[in-house]
Amino acid sequence: MRMSKIVRFSADVLFGAILIFGFYIILHGHLTPGGGFQGGAVVATGAALVIVAYSYEEVLHMIKKAGLMLQESAGLVMFAGVALIALGLGTTFFFNYLANSGLLFGMSVPFGPNPGELNTGGVLPLMNIAVGIEVWGGLAIVILYMLSGISKAEEA
Amino acid sequence: MIPGFIATNAPALLIAVPLLGAFLSPVIGIISRDARALWVLAIITLTAIIGYFVAFLVYTEGTVLYVFGAAETALTVPPDSGGIPIRIIFAIDAMSALMVIIAVTVGFAVILYSLSSDSRRSGLEAYYTIFLLMIGAVLGMVSTGDLFNFFVFLEISSLASAGLVAYKVERGLAVEAGLKYLLVSTIGGIFFLFAIGILYGQYNALNIAMLAEVIQWTPLDKLALVLIIAALAAKCGAVPMHFWTPDAYSMAPSAVTAMLVVASQASLYGLFRICFTLYGMTLSYVTIGWVIIILGLLSMIVGVTMAIPQKDIKRLMAYHAVSQTGYMLLGVGVGLAVLGDQALLSSYGTTAMEGGIFHIFNHAMYKGLLFLTAGAIIYQVGTSDLNRMGGLGHKMKWTMIFFIIGALAIAGIPPFNGFASKFLIYESVFAFSPILSIIAMVVSILTLASFVKVFHSVFMGPPLPEHENVKEAPHTMLIGMTILAALVIISGIFPEFFIQNLIAPAANALIDQAGYIATVLGGA
Repeated sequence: MRMSKIVRFSADVLFGAILIFGFYIILHGHLTPGGGFQGGAVVATGAALVIVAYSYEEVLHMIKKAGLMLQESAGLVMFAGVALIALGLGTTFFFNYLANSGLLFGMSVPFGPNPGELNTGGVLPLMNIAVGIEVWGGLAIVILYMLSGISKAEEA
Repeated sequence: MIPGFIATNAPALLIAVPLLGAFLSPVIGIISRDARALWVLAIITLTAIIGYFVAFLVYTEGTVLYVFGAAETALTVPPDSGGIPIRIIFAIDAMSALMVIIAVTVGFAVILYSLSSDSRRSGLEAYYTIFLLMIGAVLGMVSTGDLFNFFVFLEISSLASAGLVAYKVERGLAVEAGLKYLLVSTIGGIFFLFAIGILYGQYNALNIAMLAEVIQWTPLDKLALVLIIAALAAKCGAVPMHFWTPDAYSMAPSAVTAMLVVASQASLYGLFRICFTLYGMTLSYVTIGWVIIILGLLSMIVGVTMAIPQKDIKRLMAYHAVSQTGYMLLGVGVGLAVLGDQALLSSYGTTAMEGGIFHIFNHAMYKGLLFLTAGAIIYQVGTSDLNRMGGLGHKMKWTMIFFIIGALAIAGIPPFNGFASKFLIYESVFAFSPILSIIAMVVSILTLASFVKVFHSVFMGPPLPEHENVKEAPHTMLIGMTILAALVIISGIFPEFFIQNLIAPAANALIDQAGYIATVLGGA
């Protein structure tokens, strides 16, 4: 089943906005409410929107299940990998070795009221990004599987 | 031999290795099925080695602490935290170490078994991921010293188990069983979370040792304990919350069922840990002890009487699992009921607890073995209906021998391990209350009767024509069963060695609440 051109065009426009909003929530996970899971879920709703606007078969050409599965694994491995690197540095599992280091996300948190400094948090933003990648892939697969049944039933 | 950083970080690797292995197995599955099988085998072998290493550390050097994210592994109370252990802490004492040994041993055996028994199925990329996740979650549940972390691992194990129970689909029957399991687990999980909230709201702590130090037995604490006992008793399959076990155990693939037994026992471990270590002497131990004893009695009686009329081999064994859980609850419950009385505790309370805890170990081995033999039979015959089996002893000699070992062990016949732990329970519970001991013996006799029936209808009689092509199970399945059977025999012939080196330290670790608090919180 395929929606009208107006719906498809609006979905195309909105898709980009949804992705950006999702990435925003993922990246600001250590500063604002939200984080990897919530942002990943928002990005996955983008996939849901495309599936609703286009037919299931068309979406299968745009989004590959194998790719999403790979993405799911990659996110989880990145999460565990970021935590495991700490062992190589001689500290404990999940030790925040980037905080206050001056490297990536390594700035010290400014004291007092401030608009929120993105470049802080150490490994927390990395974990958020990893979870975001994982949830995006995982939920998109779930949506694909759940909606596959609906589209076939309506055609019949 | 073992690099230093692996030795110091072994408790973290115990969780990290199965999780990382689980996440990578779908990716490796893209290369080939054999590569994935090798990968899963390598991961579970590594996990088992780490598990034995951690247990060895615990038994030689005492409780192993691991603080996640701290600068040092044993820095439980950071200097700037105001005396509160703010981080997630793994506190592996002798009781946890025993559970780790059980989990990695059974985990290794069932993965080995599963590599051939489930190789014909589809959807294996998810299967091994979830299976390793479940093993990792069980290891996390028994290692953690943090109440909320326990809840997280409880949920991981529930979700993974539910996925595995529903894995075979079987025209929706397995999905129904998985849904039922998920429902019970989720309600249990919410109860548990609510109880954690109550405790956290009052004491501002989630660490078990920290809570144990300050807990007071207020009405809210009582409510929390009721919720926790209800949740964990449901998760370990005690009557009257047992109704998910026959469905889930019989519908899951057999390797998963054997691991589900261990997952249930991890919940049982949580129950004991919270009663003894978290509440300890503050709870009215006679009342709570009797509650656990009565749960145990109900499980024993209802489990075995429901098992006798069953016609499905795995359903029958599932009811026996409920009944055997009753023995563990009975043994440890008697220990709890006399916790405050030092004289009674040393005369029979500790023995009863050792019996209950030894039964956890034994049950994991022989019940795992029995489920694996049932799986081998179903794998070859294609049905789980006892009425459509018969004469299989001619074709499946090894499976028959393993079944005999498991059946005699569960019925408590010497020289198998079930006898050793049941004898400890009979003896000590008799001193507490003779009638309980008599009920336990009667249940044991009924168990024997039920397994004689199963043995007769599966293996005895002339070979049936429809089972003309039945062969012995594949080698890897037999190796998996051999590991468990060997442990059943060894721990049955040398129970003294196991009790002195594994079980007694575990029982003492549960009783010694002050020692646990002192170890975790240190001098702070």
